[in-house]
Amino acid sequence: MIGLGFVYIVAGALFAIYALLSLFDRRWPNAVFWALLALSFLAGDRIGDLANGWLVIGLVAMAGFGLMHPPKPSDRSEEGREAEASRRRDWLFGPILIVPITALAGTLAAKQWPDAIDPKQGTLVSLAIGVLIALAVVYAWLRPRPATPFREGLRLMDSVGWAAILPQMLASLGAIFVLSGVGKVVGGLIGDVIPQGSLIGAVIAYGVGMALFTIIMGNAFAAFPVMVAAVGLPLLIHAHHGDPAIVCAIGMLAGFCGTLMTPMAANFNIVPAVLLELKNDNGVVRAQIGTAIPLLIVNLALIYWLAF
Amino acid sequence: MWVLAGIGVIVLGFVLRFNPLLVVAAAACVTGLAAGIDPLTLLAAFGKAYNEARYVTIVWIVLPVIGLLERYGLQQRARAVIARFGRATAGRLLILYMLFRQLTASIGLTSIAGPAVTIRPLVAPMAEAAAEQQAGHLDEAMRERVKALSAATDNVGLFFGEDIFLAIGSILLMKGLLQQFGIDLQPFQLSVWAIPTAIAAFLIHSTRLLLLDRRLQRKARTAAPVEAETA
Repeated sequence: MIGLGFVYIVAGALFAIYALLSLFDRRWPNAVFWALLALSFLAGDRIGDLANGWLVIGLVAMAGFGLMHPPKPSDRSEEGREAEASRRRDWLFGPILIVPITALAGTLAAKQWPDAIDPKQGTLVSLAIGVLIALAVVYAWLRPRPATPFREGLRLMDSVGWAAILPQMLASLGAIFVLSGVGKVVGGLIGDVIPQGSLIGAVIAYGVGMALFTIIMGNAFAAFPVMVAAVGLPLLIHAHHGDPAIVCAIGMLAGFCGTLMTPMAANFNIVPAVLLELKNDNGVVRAQIGTAIPLLIVNLALIYWLAF
Repeated sequence: MWVLAGIGVIVLGFVLRFNPLLVVAAAACVTGLAAGIDPLTLLAAFGKAYNEARYVTIVWIVLPVIGLLERYGLQQRARAVIARFGRATAGRLLILYMLFRQLTASIGLTSIAGPAVTIRPLVAPMAEAAAEQQAGHLDEAMRERVKALSAATDNVGLFFGEDIFLAIGSILLMKGLLQQFGIDLQPFQLSVWAIPTAIAAFLIHSTRLLLLDRRLQRKARTAAPVEAETA
């Protein structure tokens, strides 16, 4: 059965190639950073928890202090790309569509044949397979030099730089928060400030609290259990007899409104800003606030009308 | 109470614009030590969590394909496609993309699109090209705005589509949590209540995208310098 292990080997091999290319260029900090990432993907399960901790410290030391070099400029000009584009025409979209189509087909196939592909990881596994197929196709069709796809990949990867591991770092911080009982403390505080007796007050405290706590934690999953235990269950469900399905389902979506408004949700808000080379890292967050706030108000109204 | 100091570190670190990796590492350190966890245990706990969260970083494996195709003019070609549809607008294009993203996410296909797979190579260049056609000329602030809205549209479509699917993480989290409190619900009972918000999200974000179109059109008429961007 193909599972996450296969995906990690693909990713590890790719980062190892980036490390080697950086080494050829004598860009030491970049080489160390990509080598540590390769080690994490290839051997993370074998080196033990403490060694993984030191590995993270190494990554943070390389990327956190601005040691890494910016990407090398491309050796192909805008005009060169324009010329290639008019030669290849719309066929250029073919390989790029292979990845999502394979992911789609693979996800469905994994459900059908769980012995072949781990159905829980179906999409990630087929995403990796899709990338390999697309790479094979572009090699056969465009006949670049062997290192060129990796050169171009490294150029993009270097421009992403530290942001590449920020989502993973934030996920780990969430685990430390759980271990330290941050949620319980916040839940206790929120429970103390809720106005007693007022249904609309409780609905607002629940929905806005969900969004605010998500903004702080960067993740509605972390906020949800805390807010349900502190407000949703005792006040909305027990005291006011709200429908638990509606209180929970729409409460979670109120949390998602918070996700739209926080740089802490790095994989949704910071990574695209870096990928699109925006001047302002918070440009995506700023573009989302105008949707998030009205939608949060709608969610509060929906809970108030539908659940009671 | 002291464990909340880590949240303070995060807020302060982001406001003072320190490198986010350093901020996160410092916050983990402060939180763990405040909770009385000894340093090596804390480091091991962080390492374990980091190792288990590796799947978050998988998305980057697609970059060699995208980088190579960009070398052969993928973004230029995406713009050329828009030029063929004279009546395409940035707003309408993004509304169509949001619909696609919401519908595919609602049947569980959350990872088939995203910032690396669709937004950078296809959607953002197309939206930019359409906006250029509409306004005649795009200044820097407006160009940034169109690109940022492309990424924002991807997020809105994903977030407010995925919860309609039964087997998505958040639905399972809700079911599990309610079970602990003695309330037994089927995933379907939860996911059906994601539909009203999904419709509201589509309407609100579409309105904003149509307002973007209006602004681009106005710019084409006046061709005056733009006011500073405020959001």
